[in-house]
Amino acid sequence: MLNKKDNKKSFISFVLVALFLVLVIVLDQVIKPTDKMSMLLTVLQKGSVYALAAVSMNLLNGFTGLFSLGHAGFMLVGAYTYAIFSIPAAARDTVYQYYDAVIRISFPEVFGNAMGGFGTVLGVTLSVIMAGLAAALLAFLIGLPVLRLKSDYLAIATLGFAEIIRAVFQWSKLGPVTNGSNLLKSFTRTSSFRLTIGDTTITLATFVPVLIATISIIVIVLLVNSTYGRAFKAIRDDEVAAEAMGIGLAKHKMISFVISSFFAGVSGATMAMVLSIAQASNFKAAMTYEILLMVVLGGIGSITGSIIGSLLFVASSEWWLRGLDSGTFLGINAPTIFRNGFRLVVFSVIIMIVVLFFRKGIMGDRELPEVIAGWKRKIAKKKEVASK
Amino acid sequence: MSEKKNILRVENVTMQFGGVVAVDNLNMEINEGEIVALIGPNGAGKTTAFNVITGVYAPSNGRVWFDGECIVENHPQGKMKKLYKGEHNGEYTHVKEPTPDRITALGMARTFQNIRLWKSMTVFDNVLIAKHMRRSSNVFSATFRGNLKEEAAQRREVAELLELVGLSDVKDELSTSLPYGKQRRLEIARALATHPKLLLLDEPAAGMNPQETLELTEFIGQIREKFQITILLIEHHMDLVMDISDRIYVLDFGKLIAHGVPEEIQNNERVIDAYLGVSDDAED
Repeated sequence: MLNKKDNKKSFISFVLVALFLVLVIVLDQVIKPTDKMSMLLTVLQKGSVYALAAVSMNLLNGFTGLFSLGHAGFMLVGAYTYAIFSIPAAARDTVYQYYDAVIRISFPEVFGNAMGGFGTVLGVTLSVIMAGLAAALLAFLIGLPVLRLKSDYLAIATLGFAEIIRAVFQWSKLGPVTNGSNLLKSFTRTSSFRLTIGDTTITLATFVPVLIATISIIVIVLLVNSTYGRAFKAIRDDEVAAEAMGIGLAKHKMISFVISSFFAGVSGATMAMVLSIAQASNFKAAMTYEILLMVVLGGIGSITGSIIGSLLFVASSEWWLRGLDSGTFLGINAPTIFRNGFRLVVFSVIIMIVVLFFRKGIMGDRELPEVIAGWKRKIAKKKEVASK
Repeated sequence: MSEKKNILRVENVTMQFGGVVAVDNLNMEINEGEIVALIGPNGAGKTTAFNVITGVYAPSNGRVWFDGECIVENHPQGKMKKLYKGEHNGEYTHVKEPTPDRITALGMARTFQNIRLWKSMTVFDNVLIAKHMRRSSNVFSATFRGNLKEEAAQRREVAELLELVGLSDVKDELSTSLPYGKQRRLEIARALATHPKLLLLDEPAAGMNPQETLELTEFIGQIREKFQITILLIEHHMDLVMDISDRIYVLDFGKLIAHGVPEEIQNNERVIDAYLGVSDDAED
């Protein structure tokens, strides 16, 4: 922890992350919305939302060994909380067409009016944090009865709660708060983040979601490598031994569940920001399965795996395999085969192949630096053999 | 013996699973600094007794005292009221069923009959996690590295402990890659890392060859010297038991049939009948 080698490692990671963020800003300026490469920005935006969701799910499923399927529910709570506290007063009545809105405060607007641009950022930050806290509070309440369950039973119970959350948010009696089954819109979006210096305008539409995801994932990494993260892993590996060694199961499972849900809420809020709408019907159980798929593809128990898994997933489904649905793929024009839905067929086959050949996911339970170190060792060995 | 302080007292403990009485009215006393063995044939209820003491099971009836404090107490409730076959019914009225982690926090640590190490972690981490319980940081200060001093101190302690038990040369290896004897040693080291006053060892020599058993006997003796702790162990290897125990309790079919110093046990008719068997072959 305190030795020089680890310090050097954290410094390198810090530099790499900073470089990546700068690259994102540059890409945001260089790539025009009409370019073919503009899909890259979409992938980065949605990918960072899903990466955060996948990493937070991995904290629970991969690091604490709690198989929970309630993620979409917590993301929904996050998205709605963010949306409700960010709709400006002027747009409030048009959004709440059929209801008389109860909550009429908009943090970005209030702070924006008081402090200008910086205030808007502060307000958005506050709304995002509130989104996380709302999801975390709900997780705490659900966790009290549910966390006594184990494995499959826990999965079913959390799945049920997620569906209940969705139904409650669509309930017309709650319309004045949630706008019933209608969508929420007009709140601060990622595309409204711009930095104007003199006469040059820097768009931050991709940078904002990437930044939120990066900060959140860094916090999760720090948690996983802390004494609490080790306790989570102990619970995952052997509950009985963990309890016998003084790790309170109820308390630690709750901590993990609440923190995981907090970041699920944050990713839900980010998703609302990216899509510029929040609608309960989007957060179906299918979304949880998608996230679970990313976690499994990347490797259960690997944070870099989850990130890679979700970026690949989003890139394939949004970009690389698009042509399979619209007639032309890899230059082959065959509208009779490449019709609507063919993409999903190919996608499923790819997933099956990945799961067959990488049974523990792309990364297994290792992180990227470990994998690279492994490659280096292999190459060094090969060279040794060759020189002999 | 009476001038020594009592560290563990098991008082009229009965553990009944449905109609099966696994531990029947067990009374035990362990004094500070002793090594006490709990022996008995297979299925005599030794591990069940361990599980009651460490909080894995709540007893059907009875009380457990640790370091002058009542830590576990229960009486027949619900269905058990009708089923209960043991003695001292109605004597206890309170319910005290702490989870195992609470009991460990009081200063009691155990090992398991079938080794339960954390498989995906290194030797060092296995011991380090046992220190988690003695932390002062909360989840926020730990995440944002407000506990660097504590963490460094814990790492130092773990390194010292591994040095002491002779595992420092393998500290970065996966716990499951160790040979069997060393895994046992690691489990004991992990238990010691929680700073126990009383160490409970569940068949520490199970599956070991005579050479390894001999080393283990020596090791347990060293632990008592160095850490000034009391040890309660379940064991089938009679050589080991007779060699290091100050006193022995013998269980058969859940009942205590004898207790005393090793010589007394060796010459006790009932014990020989029940446990050591008719021929010498049973002794290994």
